[in-house]
Amino acid sequence: MIHLGKDPIDIAALRRRLDSPEDGAAVIFEGMVRNNSHGRKVLRLEYQAYEAMALRKMAEIETLARRGFAIRDIAIAHRLGVLELSECSVAIVVTSAHRPAAFEACRFAIDTLKKIVPIWKKEFYEDGEVWIEGSHS
Amino acid sequence: MSIRVLFFASFADIVGKREAVLSAPAFPDVGSVFAGFKTQFPRLAEYRTSVLCSVNSEFARPDTPIRDGDEIAFFPPVSGG
Repeated sequence: MIHLGKDPIDIAALRRRLDSPEDGAAVIFEGMVRNNSHGRKVLRLEYQAYEAMALRKMAEIETLARRGFAIRDIAIAHRLGVLELSECSVAIVVTSAHRPAAFEACRFAIDTLKKIVPIWKKEFYEDGEVWIEGSHS
Repeated sequence: MSIRVLFFASFADIVGKREAVLSAPAFPDVGSVFAGFKTQFPRLAEYRTSVLCSVNSEFARPDTPIRDGDEIAFFPPVSGG
Protein backbone atom coordinates (compact mmCIF):
# COMPACT_ATOMS: atom_id res chain seq x y z
CA MET A 1 0.00 0.00 0.00
CA ILE A 2 1.39 3.40 -0.91
CA HIS A 3 0.07 6.88 -0.21
CA LEU A 4 1.19 10.34 -1.25
CA GLY A 5 -0.81 13.43 -0.37
CA LYS A 6 -1.30 16.60 1.64
CA ASP A 7 -3.48 15.11 4.37
CA PRO A 8 -1.82 14.37 7.74
CA ILE A 9 -0.56 10.80 7.99
CA ASP A 10 -2.60 8.72 10.44
CA ILE A 11 -0.11 6.08 11.53
CA ALA A 12 -2.56 4.29 13.81
CA ALA A 13 -5.01 3.94 10.93
CA LEU A 14 -2.24 2.64 8.64
CA ARG A 15 -1.28 0.10 11.27
CA ARG A 16 -4.89 -1.02 11.70
CA ARG A 17 -5.31 -1.45 7.94
CA LEU A 18 -2.40 -3.89 7.88
CA ASP A 19 -3.65 -5.86 10.86
CA SER A 20 -3.87 -9.63 10.36
CA PRO A 21 -3.86 -12.68 12.66
CA GLU A 22 -0.90 -14.29 10.83
CA ASP A 23 1.35 -11.46 11.99
CA GLY A 24 3.78 -11.94 14.84
CA ALA A 25 5.51 -8.61 14.35
CA ALA A 26 4.84 -5.09 13.12
CA VAL A 27 7.56 -2.48 12.68
CA ILE A 28 6.66 1.17 12.24
CA PHE A 29 9.00 3.92 11.11
CA GLU A 30 7.80 7.47 11.64
CA GLY A 31 9.78 10.37 10.21
CA MET A 32 9.00 13.76 11.76
CA VAL A 33 9.90 17.37 11.15
CA ARG A 34 12.94 18.16 13.29
CA ASN A 35 13.42 21.66 14.70
CA ASN A 36 17.06 21.96 13.61
CA SER A 37 19.21 21.19 10.62
CA HIS A 38 22.98 21.69 10.24
CA GLY A 39 23.07 24.01 13.20
CA ARG A 40 20.16 26.17 12.07
CA LYS A 41 16.77 26.48 13.72
CA VAL A 42 14.07 25.10 11.41
CA LEU A 43 10.62 26.72 11.52
CA ARG A 44 8.78 24.37 9.16
CA LEU A 45 9.26 22.23 6.04
CA GLU A 46 7.68 22.05 2.64
CA TYR A 47 7.69 18.86 0.57
CA GLN A 48 7.21 18.85 -3.21
CA ALA A 49 6.99 15.76 -5.41
CA TYR A 50 7.01 14.69 -9.02
CA GLU A 51 3.89 12.82 -8.06
CA ALA A 52 3.46 10.42 -10.98
CA MET A 53 7.08 9.27 -10.73
CA ALA A 54 7.11 9.26 -6.92
CA LEU A 55 4.12 6.91 -6.84
CA ARG A 56 5.87 4.66 -9.35
CA LYS A 57 9.07 4.58 -7.31
CA MET A 58 7.18 3.95 -4.04
CA ALA A 59 5.37 1.05 -5.72
CA GLU A 60 8.75 -0.32 -6.86
CA ILE A 61 10.04 -0.14 -3.30
CA GLU A 62 6.98 -2.03 -2.08
CA THR A 63 7.59 -4.74 -4.70
CA LEU A 64 11.29 -4.99 -3.84
CA ALA A 65 10.50 -5.19 -0.12
CA ARG A 66 7.97 -7.98 -0.66
CA ARG A 67 10.38 -9.93 -2.87
CA GLY A 68 13.47 -9.38 -0.74
CA PHE A 69 12.13 -9.98 2.75
CA ALA A 70 9.78 -12.51 4.34
CA ILE A 71 7.11 -9.96 5.13
CA ARG A 72 3.36 -10.16 4.81
CA ASP A 73 2.47 -6.56 4.14
CA ILE A 74 3.97 -3.07 3.90
CA ALA A 75 2.56 0.43 3.79
CA ILE A 76 4.55 3.47 2.66
CA ALA A 77 3.09 6.95 3.12
CA HIS A 78 4.68 10.36 2.41
CA ARG A 79 3.07 13.71 3.06
CA LEU A 80 3.34 16.73 0.77
CA GLY A 81 2.94 20.46 1.26
CA VAL A 82 3.84 22.52 4.32
CA LEU A 83 4.52 20.63 7.56
CA GLU A 84 4.94 22.12 11.02
CA LEU A 85 7.52 20.95 13.59
CA SER A 86 7.06 17.39 14.84
CA GLU A 87 4.48 16.54 12.21
CA CYS A 88 4.90 13.21 10.44
CA SER A 89 6.40 13.51 6.96
CA VAL A 90 6.83 9.83 6.17
CA ALA A 91 5.67 6.54 7.63
CA ILE A 92 6.50 2.93 6.85
CA VAL A 93 4.55 0.05 8.41
CA VAL A 94 5.71 -3.53 7.89
CA THR A 95 4.05 -6.70 9.14
CA SER A 96 5.47 -10.20 9.17
CA ALA A 97 5.36 -13.50 11.01
CA HIS A 98 8.76 -12.87 12.61
CA ARG A 99 10.54 -9.69 13.57
CA PRO A 100 13.91 -9.88 11.71
CA ALA A 101 12.29 -9.49 8.29
CA ALA A 102 10.05 -6.66 9.48
CA PHE A 103 13.00 -4.65 10.85
CA GLU A 104 15.10 -5.25 7.73
CA ALA A 105 12.32 -4.49 5.26
CA CYS A 106 11.40 -1.29 7.09
CA ARG A 107 15.01 -0.10 7.08
CA PHE A 108 15.33 -1.01 3.41
CA ALA A 109 12.14 0.86 2.53
CA ILE A 110 13.01 4.17 4.19
CA ASP A 111 16.66 4.08 3.09
CA THR A 112 15.65 3.40 -0.51
CA LEU A 113 12.86 5.99 -0.46
CA LYS A 114 15.37 8.64 0.54
CA LYS A 115 17.59 7.70 -2.39
CA ILE A 116 15.22 7.23 -5.33
CA VAL A 117 11.79 8.79 -4.78
CA PRO A 118 11.44 12.19 -6.51
CA ILE A 119 10.38 14.24 -3.50
CA TRP A 120 12.21 17.37 -2.27
CA LYS A 121 12.25 19.07 1.11
CA LYS A 122 12.51 22.82 1.59
CA GLU A 123 13.67 24.06 4.99
CA PHE A 124 12.42 27.38 6.36
CA TYR A 125 14.65 29.29 8.80
CA GLU A 126 14.22 32.61 10.56
CA ASP A 127 16.42 34.28 7.96
CA GLY A 128 15.68 32.37 4.78
CA GLU A 129 14.67 29.13 3.12
CA VAL A 130 16.48 26.55 1.01
CA TRP A 131 15.70 23.44 -1.01
CA ILE A 132 17.67 20.52 0.43
CA GLU A 133 19.50 18.53 -2.22
CA GLY A 134 20.48 14.91 -1.70
CA SER A 135 19.62 12.68 1.22
CA HIS A 136 21.29 13.24 4.54
CA SER A 137 20.66 10.26 6.77
CA MET B 1 7.87 16.89 -32.34
CA SER B 2 6.49 18.17 -29.08
CA ILE B 3 7.59 17.33 -25.54
CA ARG B 4 6.59 18.37 -22.04
CA VAL B 5 9.43 19.40 -19.72
CA LEU B 6 8.94 19.51 -15.95
CA PHE B 7 11.11 21.24 -13.34
CA PHE B 8 11.15 20.66 -9.60
CA ALA B 9 12.53 22.23 -6.43
CA SER B 10 15.34 24.72 -7.06
CA PHE B 11 15.20 24.12 -10.82
CA ALA B 12 11.62 25.42 -10.91
CA ASP B 13 12.78 28.50 -9.00
CA ILE B 14 15.64 29.09 -11.45
CA VAL B 15 13.54 28.58 -14.60
CA GLY B 16 10.57 30.43 -13.14
CA LYS B 17 8.05 27.74 -13.92
CA ARG B 18 7.27 24.10 -13.23
CA GLU B 19 6.55 23.05 -16.77
CA ALA B 20 7.15 23.96 -20.38
CA VAL B 21 6.03 22.53 -23.70
CA LEU B 22 8.67 22.51 -26.39
CA SER B 23 8.21 21.96 -30.10
CA ALA B 24 10.99 21.40 -32.59
CA PRO B 25 11.76 19.34 -35.69
CA ALA B 26 13.77 17.05 -33.43
CA PHE B 27 15.24 16.71 -29.94
CA PRO B 28 18.20 14.32 -30.15
CA ASP B 29 18.43 13.44 -26.47
CA VAL B 30 17.71 14.51 -22.91
CA GLY B 31 21.09 16.20 -22.56
CA SER B 32 20.45 18.51 -25.49
CA VAL B 33 17.17 19.65 -23.95
CA PHE B 34 18.90 20.46 -20.67
CA ALA B 35 21.69 22.25 -22.53
CA GLY B 36 19.09 24.46 -24.14
CA PHE B 37 17.67 25.47 -20.78
CA LYS B 38 21.16 26.02 -19.37
CA THR B 39 21.83 28.55 -22.11
CA GLN B 40 18.67 30.42 -21.21
CA PHE B 41 19.12 30.02 -17.44
CA PRO B 42 22.88 29.98 -16.68
CA ARG B 43 22.33 29.19 -12.98
CA LEU B 44 21.38 25.65 -14.03
CA ALA B 45 25.07 25.15 -14.83
CA GLU B 46 25.73 24.91 -11.07
CA TYR B 47 23.96 21.56 -11.28
CA ARG B 48 25.92 20.27 -14.27
CA THR B 49 27.22 17.23 -12.40
CA SER B 50 24.31 16.65 -10.05
CA VAL B 51 21.25 17.13 -12.28
CA LEU B 52 18.93 14.15 -12.49
CA CYS B 53 16.57 13.54 -15.38
CA SER B 54 13.67 11.32 -16.25
CA VAL B 55 11.72 10.38 -19.35
CA ASN B 56 8.12 9.31 -18.81
CA SER B 57 8.71 8.83 -15.07
CA GLU B 58 11.79 6.61 -15.46
CA PHE B 59 15.27 7.79 -14.57
CA ALA B 60 17.18 8.65 -17.73
CA ARG B 61 20.66 9.77 -18.78
CA PRO B 62 21.85 12.68 -20.92
CA ASP B 63 22.14 10.32 -23.89
CA THR B 64 18.64 8.87 -23.49
CA PRO B 65 16.76 9.51 -26.77
CA ILE B 66 13.50 11.42 -26.85
CA ARG B 67 10.32 10.64 -28.78
CA ASP B 68 7.37 12.80 -29.71
CA GLY B 69 5.00 13.21 -26.77
CA ASP B 70 7.56 12.31 -24.10
CA GLU B 71 7.45 13.89 -20.64
CA ILE B 72 10.94 14.91 -19.51
CA ALA B 73 11.80 16.11 -16.03
CA PHE B 74 14.93 17.74 -14.64
CA PHE B 75 15.57 17.93 -10.92
CA PRO B 76 18.25 18.13 -8.26
CA PRO B 77 19.18 15.15 -6.04
CA VAL B 78 16.09 14.03 -4.14
CA SER B 79 15.53 14.83 -0.48
CA GLY B 80 12.31 13.13 0.56
CA GLY B 81 11.69 11.21 3.75
